[in-house]
Amino acid sequence: MPNTQAHPDAAKLEGMQHENQYDFKLKEDYAFKSDKGLTEKVVREISAMKEEPEWMLEFRLNALKIANKKGWPKWGPDISDLNFDDIYFYIRPEDRQGTFADWDEVPDEVRATYDRLGIPEAEQKVLAGVGAQYESEMVYHSLKEEWEKQGVIFLDTETGLREYPEIFREHFATVVPPEDNYFAAVNSAVWSGGSFVYVPAGVEIDVPLQAYFLLNAENMGQFERTLIIAEKGAKLHYIEGCTAPSYNSNSFHSGVIEIIVKDDAEVRYSTIQNWSHNVYNLVTQRAIVNKNASMRWLDGNLGSKVTMKYPSCVLIGEGAKGEVLSIAFANKGQVQDAGAKMIHAAPNTSSTVISKSISKNGGRSSYRGLVKIYDGAYNSKSNVECDALLLDKTAKTDTYPYIEIDEKTAHVGHEASVSKLNDEQLFYLQSRGIPEAEAAALIVRGFLEPVAKELPLEYAVELNRLIELEMEGSVG
Amino acid sequence: MQKNQLEIVNLHARVEGGEEILKGVNLILPKSEVHALMGPNGSGKSTLAKVIAGDPSYEITSGNILVDGESILELEADERARAGLYLAFQYPVEVPGVSMANFLRLALNARRDEGDEIEVMEFYNKLQDAIKNLNWDESILERNLHEGFSGGEKKRSEILQMLVLEPKYSILDETDSGLDVDALKIVSHGVNAARGPEFGALVITHYQRLLNHIVPDKVHVMYDGQIVKTGPKELAMELDKKGYDWLTQEVGV
Repeated sequence: MPNTQAHPDAAKLEGMQHENQYDFKLKEDYAFKSDKGLTEKVVREISAMKEEPEWMLEFRLNALKIANKKGWPKWGPDISDLNFDDIYFYIRPEDRQGTFADWDEVPDEVRATYDRLGIPEAEQKVLAGVGAQYESEMVYHSLKEEWEKQGVIFLDTETGLREYPEIFREHFATVVPPEDNYFAAVNSAVWSGGSFVYVPAGVEIDVPLQAYFLLNAENMGQFERTLIIAEKGAKLHYIEGCTAPSYNSNSFHSGVIEIIVKDDAEVRYSTIQNWSHNVYNLVTQRAIVNKNASMRWLDGNLGSKVTMKYPSCVLIGEGAKGEVLSIAFANKGQVQDAGAKMIHAAPNTSSTVISKSISKNGGRSSYRGLVKIYDGAYNSKSNVECDALLLDKTAKTDTYPYIEIDEKTAHVGHEASVSKLNDEQLFYLQSRGIPEAEAAALIVRGFLEPVAKELPLEYAVELNRLIELEMEGSVG
Repeated sequence: MQKNQLEIVNLHARVEGGEEILKGVNLILPKSEVHALMGPNGSGKSTLAKVIAGDPSYEITSGNILVDGESILELEADERARAGLYLAFQYPVEVPGVSMANFLRLALNARRDEGDEIEVMEFYNKLQDAIKNLNWDESILERNLHEGFSGGEKKRSEILQMLVLEPKYSILDETDSGLDVDALKIVSHGVNAARGPEFGALVITHYQRLLNHIVPDKVHVMYDGQIVKTGPKELAMELDKKGYDWLTQEVGV
């Protein structure tokens, strides 16, 4: 029978679909708030509060030095409005010890927020485990027993460091060292929270793990640090969601996500970020992909004021595969500078990038990408397709593809297209009885379909709903 | 002004800001009848079809269009469709990423109240009947709207949609153009399946051969933005034999 329903469980998900789901803020009540600004004192305080081993404090202080030396990037969108002296680099929610494993123990205020987002319901229905981060700290973490028994680790990053120091230290900062870029250095100095995921050899987790990040305080920064290790032949799908209420001044999110995909392993990492429109979202996401392993990033950027995010795959093993599917929606006052990096450093590696961006109402979306094929990476293939859809005359889009090929046998394809909301399509759909706004939303959904179809159903429904909210007032 | 008919009254229209294309069209299509609209290239047949459907790139300067006695001039294209009008496009557009099934479900639900969306089985059965009528395969429903369709498949899709949406009045704009004999038979069979007391159609065509399969109750001939002659089905054969020059002399235009 053909697929005649968008989603059979749509009704069940109604709880996740309140009109003003993302328009909330709760009372700020904190056990500790650092001074504003990025200083050595703040870095030392964070490390002391987390009772970290000495090597981590040294790592942080060194990263701070690197950050100070590097200075702000001189390319990309304008982020001069972001004033570090005005940002709280660390906020610890209500005093407590460790992360809760029972949802009922999470403080009421925090729980209320997540309940609104439907996190516990989603966990029961479709997830293998959930982590929830409120401000700088993870407040809740749970993993279903069946996975725990098989040796899967899913913890907040601090607990990972404490309980599995050897695995942690062996992999931490090996994918994204502090020297990598300015924001990676800042994150390395002040990181807090994030997930630590370890999937042992041969274990396949068939339902996603999810982390949800929430910023509730004004002028704060969130610097989660996620480390995912998939051992030989392991499989996992990790989903990250982000949100923040609207405040008058800017907040800052700068996470680092490091993923190590060992031989024959498969990892998917999906993000739909819906930060409020005053969050600077400057994230480094990178995976190292070994022999015959595959890494797939799905990156949806709907919220934030400025996003700079280029999920990367470093294909270091023969036959490794990398994929980035990305969606960006730039509305009024938003800059979505997103893309992908594919580094081919071994023979027979392949990569695919599909990027779809939509801009309206003065919003600007850019595709910025790199494909690098090193000498000796025989018979490597890369295909990049970026399509931009402009919904009105004030919207803007740019493409910055960088292609560096040092290998003669490489096959590289790059296609880019820019289209406008098409009047003929609109009239056609309207002539079938579909009202104009719905017709426009349908065209946009169709445009995004090649990426959206890769999302689990629940998230595809959520994505559609977010797109519809963004589409309000698009036509007519 | 009468119920149970689509009525075009002294209709004048032009491309926004351009020259007048429709120069006073008068035409009555009673429900339950099928009329053919013929005429040379550039006489305004397709324009008439699009203006009736509510294409916003045309401007109506005077006259009226009435569905069952109610003027639809103030209605948007989607409202006209929900009032019972349907246009089978000469050049159906492609909408990538939107499956036929999804599109048809949206179009059907647009005609129903919120909370009264069509049941899965009812929808499925409706589609099955239409697909069978057109000698098609249900895999078509999984394909994206006209993406990668051949010319013939696109035309067949227009008739499929018509059968599913069950309009009161349908305008078929050169649905036969570009079809081979077999496809022509299939499409005609689909149109004939829709015929009945609750359905009227205006079939725009250049060729008598279509009218062998869809036998019209009346034939209208359009010339330079007006209906210049209306007659029985034999008029189509006469035109086929003698050409439009005969007619222009006959009616003195």
